[in-house]
Amino acid sequence: MSSIATASRPSLKERLYWGVSDIWAVTQRNLIAYTRIPEALVFSSIQPIMFVLLFVYVFGGAMSTPGFRYVDFIIPGIFVQTVCFGAVTTGVGLAEDLNKGLIERFRSLPMARSAVLAGRTTADMVRNVFVVLLMTVVGVAVGFRSSTGFFSFMGGVFLLLAFAYALSWGFAVLGLMARNAETAQAMAFPLLFPLTFASSAFVPVASMPGWLQVFARHQPVTVVVDACRNLMVGGPGSPLAALAWTAGMLAVLVPLAVRKYRRAG
Amino acid sequence: MDNAAIVASGLVKKFGDVPALDGIDFFVPPGTVFGLLGPNGAGKTTTVRILTTILRPDAGEARVLGHDVVTDAGAVRASIGLAGQYAAVDENLTGAENLRMVGKLTHLPRLLIRERTGELLERFELSAAANRPVKTYSGGMRRRLDLAASLVHRPAVLFLDEPTTGLDPRSRNELWNVIEDLVADGTTVLLTTQYLEEADRLADYLAVVDHGHIIAKGTPAGMKAGLGSTVIEIGMPGEGSALLALQALAPLGVQPPIVDGTTVRLTVADGGSALLNALRALDAEGIIPTGVTLREPSLDDVFLSLTGHAAVTDAVPSRSAV
Repeated sequence: MSSIATASRPSLKERLYWGVSDIWAVTQRNLIAYTRIPEALVFSSIQPIMFVLLFVYVFGGAMSTPGFRYVDFIIPGIFVQTVCFGAVTTGVGLAEDLNKGLIERFRSLPMARSAVLAGRTTADMVRNVFVVLLMTVVGVAVGFRSSTGFFSFMGGVFLLLAFAYALSWGFAVLGLMARNAETAQAMAFPLLFPLTFASSAFVPVASMPGWLQVFARHQPVTVVVDACRNLMVGGPGSPLAALAWTAGMLAVLVPLAVRKYRRAG
Repeated sequence: MDNAAIVASGLVKKFGDVPALDGIDFFVPPGTVFGLLGPNGAGKTTTVRILTTILRPDAGEARVLGHDVVTDAGAVRASIGLAGQYAAVDENLTGAENLRMVGKLTHLPRLLIRERTGELLERFELSAAANRPVKTYSGGMRRRLDLAASLVHRPAVLFLDEPTTGLDPRSRNELWNVIEDLVADGTTVLLTTQYLEEADRLADYLAVVDHGHIIAKGTPAGMKAGLGSTVIEIGMPGEGSALLALQALAPLGVQPPIVDGTTVRLTVADGGSALLNALRALDAEGIIPTGVTLREPSLDDVFLSLTGHAAVTDAVPSRSAV
């Protein structure tokens, strides 16, 4: 019986073609998994919706956001917070694959080494698109109105998704370090909590004590939230700074994750 | 050696300070089944992981179909399949989806993927469950799917890492039949197992591994001739009579009998006639046994005779310690 697969060294063009094909195969696999456990998708969407309701109707009355209606202030913030927490899925999923031996199989296959990570992060981005879509609908239902026009709003969405994608690679690193899904989840929380809450997502940074402002003003979540607010409802905030953070994170985290993947197991 | 399907020479691998492999050498001729027999932590899985390019050896080298597993890993991956205790399937996908995914990732043409998926599901009796998520599969079905997944691209060399560990006897037998069919098709198989019975049934050549060393090599028949193919255990009324029986039985076994409390253990080549001879010898001494058991030798018996110690299963972690 002869082997079907060819063992000859492929050209760059072939490698590129198969690389994309491998990433797509892994992406599909992860997307199918989401459709098989729709309850996970439903429950992970309920939480951000609760946050919207909590902040708009419970805390909203006590919040002072000069220059904005609170609902317009908070929705971009909750967008960013939600995709940040959503990025944890990448790490949890990878830790699970590692634990169950799937990564072992992938590593014995003649597929692109980076496809497992790229496929996973791509699938998680697709999921984020759905979550953002859903939250936009909920946001509009509770009174959110974008005042900057469709294209500017979409620019904000793009920024948000790009940042979440970069963050996914960070959690991929974490997931490959963790022994199991529970650990990956537990490791993510102490990282995300200060990043999302000590930011401009829920309250203006100026309302925080001085020492906290130093951190809150310069950390990436604030930069991205401000940029999204700028693009969605106006106000100060630099989309370029947010893009720079995203690019910088990708430049560091992608090679790190790939290195971890090669050595994991 | 030049036309060997698998060659390993001087493989060394340490996890931290713990040596998992301490110089492993063997070669596997094409079209044969090679069995690595040993307890947990002996280094079997580590050997497989090196040969399947998942781990790099610290020293030594290995070739699969002439391709170096470190410098030419891509070529190795294109010609091997891996299944067993750690290679796995995606629980959220259906059986068919799992096979198609592996087909895509091994870069088969689309039509061939469909053809192979149908073929393998049929062959492994999974057609009826093809469109059910693997979550709903039994342990035996999962193993069959796992094995099917490793065969999608018709690998010339197949690595099976403890393919039947944890399976019930019926599923184990089914899997053995499948593996025998593969071998009949000309696939070279490297198999690791903790079960002597499995190695005996499937392997053409055998290496016994312990603490990262190969401590014995040969054909199963040759090894059994050395070890005896049957173990007779005779219970004695007291330790005194057990010692007396030890002397009376000494000439009968392929190895000196062993006494363990009030039980005398005798390893013989031919169970039936040896049993009669043993009983006659005991009768001549006037010893009346309290019980007699005839059984196949276990891995423990092999280890006891090869190393003088039982097959300890202290965990040299083969996977999680990296």
